[in-house]
Amino acid sequence: MASASTGSSERSRIALRLLAIGYVGVLVVLPLAVVFWRTFDQGGSAFVTAVTGSEAVHAYRLTLVVAGSAVVLNTIFGVGTALLIARFRFPGKAILNVVIDLPVSVSPIVVGLALILVFGWQTGWFGSALQSAGWQVIFATPGMILATTFVSLPLVLREVLPVLYEAGSEQEQAARSLGASAPQRLRRITLPTIKWALAYGVVLSIARCLGEFGAVRVVSGDVVGQTQTVTLLVDGRAEQFEPGAYQLWVVLILVAALCIVAISLIRPKETS
Amino acid sequence: MSSVLQPPAAPVAPARIGRARPAPGQRLGTASGAGLGLAVLWLSLLVLLPLAAVVGKASGAGWSGFASAFTNAEAFDAIRLTVLSSLAVGLFNAVMGTVIAWVLVRDNFVGKRLLEILIDLPFALPTIVAGLVLLSLYGQQSPIGINAYGTKPAIVLALLFVTLPFVVRSVQPVLLALETDAEEAARSLGASPLTSFRRIVLPALLPAIASGAALAFGRAMGEYGSVVLISGQLQYKTEVASSYIYKQVQDDDLAGAAATAVVLLLISLLVIASLGALQRWAARRG
Repeated sequence: MASASTGSSERSRIALRLLAIGYVGVLVVLPLAVVFWRTFDQGGSAFVTAVTGSEAVHAYRLTLVVAGSAVVLNTIFGVGTALLIARFRFPGKAILNVVIDLPVSVSPIVVGLALILVFGWQTGWFGSALQSAGWQVIFATPGMILATTFVSLPLVLREVLPVLYEAGSEQEQAARSLGASAPQRLRRITLPTIKWALAYGVVLSIARCLGEFGAVRVVSGDVVGQTQTVTLLVDGRAEQFEPGAYQLWVVLILVAALCIVAISLIRPKETS
Repeated sequence: MSSVLQPPAAPVAPARIGRARPAPGQRLGTASGAGLGLAVLWLSLLVLLPLAAVVGKASGAGWSGFASAFTNAEAFDAIRLTVLSSLAVGLFNAVMGTVIAWVLVRDNFVGKRLLEILIDLPFALPTIVAGLVLLSLYGQQSPIGINAYGTKPAIVLALLFVTLPFVVRSVQPVLLALETDAEEAARSLGASPLTSFRRIVLPALLPAIASGAALAFGRAMGEYGSVVLISGQLQYKTEVASSYIYKQVQDDDLAGAAATAVVLLLISLLVIASLGALQRWAARRG
């Protein structure tokens, strides 16, 4: 009886294992393998042409500017606001906490639409003011930065905040009573405490910002050679059946893989 | 836990904070008060004002704008397709996510670490890349002869790809913390593996499954990048709500786009709220 029961549980264990591996295999591994095979099937010179062409280089540059600015903005906002929420009391804190999470549950297309309705020259609430000042936000880089910042807003903050709560404020208060100034306390005590959580949040944000597509597509106007980021260029090439989509895809996946490696290097240090 | 890229666990985060709430903090000084003002101003300009503009634009057209989301055949079909496929994706993830989490926690085999990394990959990949990946295997030039381009199953497949980590990553920590002695007791008293899972493990996991499924559902409702290539965006057939809104924006019908967006948002909130209720009910009962 006992051995029969162990046998059946062993069988179900193996069955579940095969089910899980099979599912992930069909859904993730098989498609990935096919794309790699396609890319290198077209040959090395096709790869070099596709990833070093002027269109591609322009897209890299734009992506770096947009994603880089968004990550910097979110890091400053995330650390600053996390400190305020963790260390101070003020009315409306609960509401602030909810509003910060709003962006993750909004469709990227709706994010783009929302920004157009506020910052577009013809369509926006601030449109005429921006136009008379000569600041173009929509269909230009600033709008793309805003859209990317919007979709990745809570990532840094949500990693840093729990660590700040856990660490408590005793050390900071001790340093304060010993006469350390606010910037000294930030640099010597707070930043070392949160550095791994911060690094994790920043890498997450980089992955998310580099990959943003929908929101950026709406606010950029997707103008070939002007406001095309790497993801928009991949889409353009794939939809027009132009060559070079798979090759750029490999560049993007290498960056994503780099992010994953960076994170797995960060994680163990945090626990030790 | 070697989770690499966790999905942004929005609904989980407030609970985390609630648990570790320290003694009331300091009062705001000049510098911190100015910082708070700056943060609130930034948040208002970036998030609140634009979202308010969407709601304002939608209600500016009056009830007819919202009504057209239901009476216009294209809009209605797009919303119905989005809601139904997101529900299917949420349900399917609830089952497969739990299976994968169980295998990752309770089983041991060569290549388990690889499986761990593969789970997170869909989250790290840009969505358009995910779409291209699926198109190359299940598109017109499929090397295995399965052409799902422009079909509804292709949309569900794309949504399953991008939502893979959500339930796994919310169930995994709970299962890891769950003691096995109650299960072992049940088994020694003659309960079958299935019975002990259904009566002991499942009730404990239900809140985590519900919250993971809610995240997956919410993500699927707004998903655009991964669906756009493989769906073909065929009117009345494979056009999801996000594609439809994008088309409205391109046609300069901003009021219509805003109305569709608000309807989509309301449905999404409704389902997530009911899953939240299920989660609380399960937590009380378990």
